Parts: sequence; structure tokens; C-alpha cells
Amino acid sequence: MRSKMRTFVSALALAVGLATTTLSTPAFADPAPDVGNWQSVLDQARGQTVYWHAWGGEPRINDYIAWAGEQVRERYGVEVVQVKLTDTADAVTRVLSEKTAGVDDGGAVDMIWINGENFAAMKRNDLLFGPWAEQTPNFAYVDVEGKPTVINDFTVPTDGLEAPWGMAQVSFYYDTAKLDTVPKSAQKLLEWLVKHPGRFTYPQPPNYMGSTFLKQILTELVKDPKVLQQPADETDAEATLAPLWGYLEDLQPLLWRDGQAYPQNGASMRTLLADNEVDIAFSFSSGEVSSAIEAFELPDTVRSYVFENGTLGNTNFVAIPYNASAKAGAVVLADFLMSPEAQLRKQDPKYWGADTVLAMDKLPKDMQDAFANLDLGIASLAPSERGTVLPEPHPSWMSLVETEWQKRYGVVQ
Amino acid sequence: MLRFIPILTIVLMIGPVSAGLIGTILPAFGILPALGGTTPSLEPWLALVAQPGLGASIRLSLVNGLIATFVSVAIVMLFCAAWQGTRTFHTLQRILSPILSVPHATAAFGLAFLIAPSGWFVRVVAQFTGWDRPPDVAIIHDPWGIALIAGLVAKEIPFLFLMTLSALPQADTDRTAQVTASLGYGRIAGWFKATLPRIYPQIRLPVLAVLAYSTSVVDVAIILAPTTPAPLAVRILGWLSDPDLALRFMASSAAVLQLLIVIAAMATWIAGERLVAIIGAQWAVDGNRLKRDGAVRGVSAVMALVAAGTVVLGLVVLLVWSVAGFWAFPDLLPRGFSLRLWARELDAIGNSLTTTLLIGIPAVVIAVTLVLSCLENEVRTGKQAGRRAMFLIYLPLLVPQISFMFGLQVFFSLVGLERTLVSVVLGHLVFVAPYVFLSLSEPFRALDPRYGQTALCLGASPARVFWRVRLPLLTRAVLTAAAVGLAVTVGQYLPTLLIGAGRFATVTTEAVALASGGDRRMIGIYGLFQMVLPFAGFALALMIPAVLFRHRRGMGAQNKG
Repeated sequence: MRSKMRTFVSALALAVGLATTTLSTPAFADPAPDVGNWQSVLDQARGQTVYWHAWGGEPRINDYIAWAGEQVRERYGVEVVQVKLTDTADAVTRVLSEKTAGVDDGGAVDMIWINGENFAAMKRNDLLFGPWAEQTPNFAYVDVEGKPTVINDFTVPTDGLEAPWGMAQVSFYYDTAKLDTVPKSAQKLLEWLVKHPGRFTYPQPPNYMGSTFLKQILTELVKDPKVLQQPADETDAEATLAPLWGYLEDLQPLLWRDGQAYPQNGASMRTLLADNEVDIAFSFSSGEVSSAIEAFELPDTVRSYVFENGTLGNTNFVAIPYNASAKAGAVVLADFLMSPEAQLRKQDPKYWGADTVLAMDKLPKDMQDAFANLDLGIASLAPSERGTVLPEPHPSWMSLVETEWQKRYGVVQ
Repeated sequence: MLRFIPILTIVLMIGPVSAGLIGTILPAFGILPALGGTTPSLEPWLALVAQPGLGASIRLSLVNGLIATFVSVAIVMLFCAAWQGTRTFHTLQRILSPILSVPHATAAFGLAFLIAPSGWFVRVVAQFTGWDRPPDVAIIHDPWGIALIAGLVAKEIPFLFLMTLSALPQADTDRTAQVTASLGYGRIAGWFKATLPRIYPQIRLPVLAVLAYSTSVVDVAIILAPTTPAPLAVRILGWLSDPDLALRFMASSAAVLQLLIVIAAMATWIAGERLVAIIGAQWAVDGNRLKRDGAVRGVSAVMALVAAGTVVLGLVVLLVWSVAGFWAFPDLLPRGFSLRLWARELDAIGNSLTTTLLIGIPAVVIAVTLVLSCLENEVRTGKQAGRRAMFLIYLPLLVPQISFMFGLQVFFSLVGLERTLVSVVLGHLVFVAPYVFLSLSEPFRALDPRYGQTALCLGASPARVFWRVRLPLLTRAVLTAAAVGLAVTVGQYLPTLLIGAGRFATVTTEAVALASGGDRRMIGIYGLFQMVLPFAGFALALMIPAVLFRHRRGMGAQNKG
């Protein structure tokens, strides 16, 4: 008994000691790397640890990030730790609250996977480090001419404050074992739903995918799509949005659950299709659908398609907060992510299946061949099958549509 | 030294809560210099009131929280009244105790996979009706929040049941039951008239904690509650993570409103208690024996079993999903099975389990040490006043997490303690210590003081009495309290993420991140991973005393608690 008590006491002492030993990370000022001098960036980066805040809901993507981390550790001595988020906005909020507390150096976030509204908010509030992206060596391979969204994030110029990482384009998907024909425009979707009420829905705005659906409809129905490229408050927004609300007036009662409940996000919408609760769903990447089949989340008879007048497309990026603790390390990591090697693996559906931001004609011959020889997966759309890529509206339209949607349809009780 | 521990403990509990609340209340009235808010204003409140569906959100939080709490308390009380001292009672005790180690979100997912229109129950029905599509009805996310209530009730019943169990020995229930029975009272009537008035004051705090939790819950609500609109706490989280900075002010006023809702719920509950006490006082002496209570007894057993069975069956369906190949509706089982995901996640889980323990063990050890010191101090000084002050330790359980967590994050940033192990452990301690106190104080205070008095008479010092008499006698109670504490720290999501700045990837932060991908296989695997540590904790709490005291029959009895 005596010895047991003694063990208990020493265990207690050990644990208390463990807890009071501060594993504190001293806040230090990380000097801004001189991106023009690449060797100095590499020197500064060596030994740094990059805390990369990225959505963590997809194991394959987490694996890809872990692989990229291993590569930069081996090549450049940079450690990478993914902070798995449920929502990118969490990282933005954290940088904001650090600014609130006056933490202008040694912040917790070194890199964020970001685009659209979040980028616009960070840029507007001077929360980003840079410019740096366009001076990195691998930016030379980026398809600036063919894919204008790599430097215009939802119409907002990136100004070198973020580096393009992947391309995304809305595509719809359905189970070929259940449907023969599919509606390929906003108007046809509505007509189809009249015949098949309850067999379609979209994630509840302000979820990203849900808002994207509303923007897709808006872009199709608006008289002059160019208006959407300007900030909403510089235009007659009410008139511009009128066709969208008219359309939803007809659509809402025909939705799954009569529009009284919505899937939380794109992933839960995918689950609804797998359970045969809906017939058509959509995603930002047809490669994701192939991967979902691979992961047994969807039946192998599911295929993708796009609307005949085109679907929204955009680019996603990585950005570095103004108060990051490892800016040079983050720049080195971002540069690696744009390398042909990393982009090739990213496009391979075995690993991820997301489209590259690079221009094929800028790549060395062997890399061009490697990209051409990729097996994109059974439900993925080849570049030739994707139709027109429609530009994203200015972020202000998204906020406006989300607020108005909440007023009209967010409260049904 | 010992004298200062109660004060230290209360400071450790109240400090973070107050600091966090200040960080929430100031922006709620327009004060947040970093965002340009320097003059007090009611603007955030006006913006909040203008939010569509605010009334419905408030109603959902308030009414559903009250209903869930009432139903849980009613089932537990009815079941105890009907079955205490029987074999059924002990069987259910064995089923309910492990359920305590199931995290709320895991239980909620399990429930959703059972009762959703595409869930197991409907699949069974579909075998007979021939449906090839799930019915288009809102069983989960239903507009009235019934699924939310069900999810909360299923998880709160085990907690309240165990809290009642630890209070029972002090109420001399067996002899009371004999007296009421010999006077001709039915089991339930006898228990409600003679035992409940002595039990209820002791479980009142756990009940209020359940009420506060149910009115401000986020994770269960996201899985089961309606979304058009959602309960207030869920919407606050949405506003707080909106890229639009201006929403921060409104979100803060909503967080203050959430606190007011909890206070209103408690006031309603306490008013209800008064009413029941007045009516009950007359009812208790009206002489009505109510002997024919067989049906009610049956119903109470069925309700308790359904609640426990739902959670257990939910875990089974999670397990099946975790190894499922493609699983179409209305198949009862997947078309194929695969251990692929288990294999890969088992490789990765080691680190997050270690991190979870790195935070959890210090938090639990500190909590147990503080609580034991407070209780021992009570015994030595014989002070009752200190006892009343100790109610303050429960503050963190009564204030909604969402109302002070974000303020606390800013506070830790300000003092430069953010993302250290110390601050994360402190953040966890705020929630662990009250639960440890909750489960340890009753057994400690109920311990027969004559053991200690005898030892003192034999010349032992007070310290020796504690180490050699009281602590060994309370081994099982201490270990159970530690296990409860461990379950609490393992389940913390917001404090770990916000205070730890993502530096501490625990089983729960991983689980929540992966759940956002929506793959039910991953939800199943991580739901089960989250149970591993709490379950091991409870198992150890049972096994250690059994091994330690295998040659001491009397200790075994004492340690049954």
C-alpha cells in the first residue's frame, strides 16, 4: 500500500511538472523574405515550421498536403504542419483576432488555402503579406494567358498576394443507372424539377457550394453578365438580381424537403445522391466525383456533365498572413506547390484529381507527356468536355445574394 | 497551504470565464478598438434584432433545451423510483455507465444514421414496402427540433442516472423503500413521496448543467437540429466565422443574448421546481397509495432501455459504416466491406491520441488534486461557508461556452499565453474541474467520518489520515471522477482549437475536421476513436480497485460507492 501511494504521488508530481513546463513558442518578428533573391529565401526558410491552415475534411487532400510537406522538408529543410479546419473562415478569423490583440508578429497562421470572399476580406483589411507570388521560380509555368482567374480571384486582382494552386469548375453529376437524360441549363433544371419534385437541392447558403449554385443561376439568367464583374453597389443591384429571385420563386417549393431543410455542404449533398434522396448534385471538381466513387461514397455508375451555356470556374490559392511566423518557409512551400511535379500529382485522381494551374506549352516535353498520359478517372470530365468557363461575379454579389436569400428563404417556420 | 486551494480553484474557474465574458460583452456594445469600435453603441443589438428568424432561433434554444432537460430528468427519476434495488436496475446501470464515454457528437451521428429517412430503421421498413427511395420527410433537421431533443435526451439520461446513483446512498433509500412499502405505498409513489425530496437537491446542479448545455449546444444541433433557422448557438458560430468583419459585433451581442437565454431557462426551471414543490407537498401527504403502478413501471423501463439501446445501436451502425464499401438505399448492409480506411487511420491516430493525453492527463491530475484538496480542507476545518462558495466552481458549466470562448482566446493572445500547452491545459481545466467536483464531492462528503476520527484517536496526523484512510477508501470514487474528467477533456473542441491555435491536434479536432468531409466511413471511425480514451478510463476506474482490493472484501463494499 505504501509503495502504491508513493507511486501515485510521484506520478502526480510528474504530471504537474509536465503541465507547468511551458512549451511556449516565443513570439518573434519574422523578417520579410526578399523574394527577388531566391537563394536568400531558401536560406531563411531552412529550419522554419510552416503552420498551414487548410480545410481538413478530405483524407486524400490531407495525404497530398502531408506528401508536399515531406518533399519540402527533404529538399529545403522546411517543416510543414497542416492545421485541419472545418472552414477556411476560421483561419481568417484567427488572423483578425490576432490583429485585435496586437499580435503583429509571430502569428499562428503561416499559410491559408483560400479564395474568393475570404481573400477579398483579407486583402481589404491589409491582413496579407506580399506581393511575393509572381516572383517565385515556378510561377513562370502558370497559365496566366489561358486561365485569367489565376491572377483575378473572383474579379479581385491577386496582386501577387496569393499563389494559384488549383483550378475548379462547377460540374453536375448524376447516376446513369437512374437517369437517362439530364437538364443542362437553369431553365431546363426548373422544368425537370416540375416533373420530378423533391429530387434536387443545394447546400444552404452561406455555405460556399450553395452560394455558388445561386451565382451560377444568376450568371445564366442575368441580361448582361458584365454587370456582375463590378462591385454590386456601383450598379442597379436590385434589377440585376430580379431574375434570380423570380427563378427561385418557382424553384424553392420543388426542392427536396420542399425547401424546408438543406444539406449542410457539398459533401452532405453527395451523401443525399448516394442514398437516392436526390437525382442530381454538383461539385467544384469532377475529379472529386471520381475519387468519391473510388472511396465507395458513390456508385460507379455516376457521371459528370456541365450546363450547355457554361458553368462557373475559378482558381484556389495559397496566401500568407501579414503576421505569419514563417513567411520564407511558406513562400518556399507555395513555390513547390506550383511545381510541375507537385501539380502533376495533384491532378492524378489516385492522389487527388484537381486541375492544374499550369500551361502545358510552358512545360518541358516529358512533363507535358506525363500530364497527357494521366488517367483522369471515370467520372471526370476531360478539358474538351467542360464547355465554357464562366467568370465568378465580384465577391460583393455573393454577400448580397447570401443576405437576401437568408431573408427570403432562410426562415420557413 | 491547503487553506488557499479552494480560493485558487475558484479563481482558476472564474478567472477565464470572466475574462472571456468581458471580451464578449465589450464588442456587444460596440467596443473593439482594433476594428475601429471605440464608442459604446447599441448598433450590434439593432443588427441582431434585424436578423430574420431570430425569434424562432431563440425559441428553439430555449424551449428545446427545457423540454430535453425535463424529459431526461423525468425518465431518470421515474426509472429510479420504479426499479431501484432490483436486478433490472443493476443491469441498466451496467449498460448506461459505458455510454457516458460516448461523445455527444458520436451519439448524435449514430442517432442520425438510425432515424434519418435513409437510416437503418427506414431501410428495415423498406424491405417490406419495397421503397427504392427514402421518403421525402424531415425526420432529422425537423422544424420542431424533435430529433435534437431525442439526441440530447439519449445522451443526458446516462449522465443524470449516474449522478443520481452517487446521491442514492446518502438518502438511505433501501430502508425508506421498506417503510413506504410496509405502509402500503406503491413503489413509484413511495419513492416520489419519501425519497425524491431528499435526492433532488443533490442532483440539482447536474440538472442545471444539463439545462445550460442543452440550451446552448452546437455540435449535436448541427447534426440534428433544424436549419431554417438554426438554434441561436449554431448561428452565432456561423456569424463568428464569417469573413465579414463587421459581423463580429453582432455575433458578440448574440453571444450575450445566448447567456441571457440560459439564465431565462434556469429561471423557468427554478420556477417550475417551486411549483412542483408546492403541489408535491400536498400530494405527498394526501395518503393516496397508488399501488397499481405496474404499467408505469413497465413504461419507465422501456423508455430507459430505448434511450440506452438507441445509443448502443447507433454505435453499431457507426461501426458498420466504418467498414462499408458502397452502401445503397435500401440495402440493410453494405455490398462490400473494407478495412482500408481503418488501416490508414490507425497509422495516423497515434499522434493525436498522444496529444490528447498530453493535454488530458495534466488537466485531470490538476483537477483531481484541486478538488481533493478543497474537500479535504472542508473536512479539516469543518467549514460550511466554504462549501457554499464552492458552488462558484460550477460557473463554467452554466455559462455557455460560445459566450466566453472567443473572448478568452483574445485574452490569452493579449497575455502571450496563446498556443502553449499551459494555456490549453488551463482552458480544459475550466471544464474538467467542475465535473470532477460534481462526481467526487458527494462520495467524499458521504464517507463515514468515524473512520478518520478513529485514526486520529490512534495518533495519526491529519495528513496521514488522508493518505492512509480516506484516500484508499475513496479509491474508486477518485478514479471514477478522473475518468469523467478524462472524458470531458477528450471531448473539448472549441477550447483546443481556439486556445491552442491549431498546434494541438487531438482526436476530437481531427474528428471534427474530417467529419466536415461528410464521408460516413470517416465519421464512424473517428466517432469510435473518440470513445477509446474515455472508455479505457472508465474501464480502469472499475478494474484498479478490483485488483487493489482483491483480498479485502470490506474495501470492495466501501468502494462500491
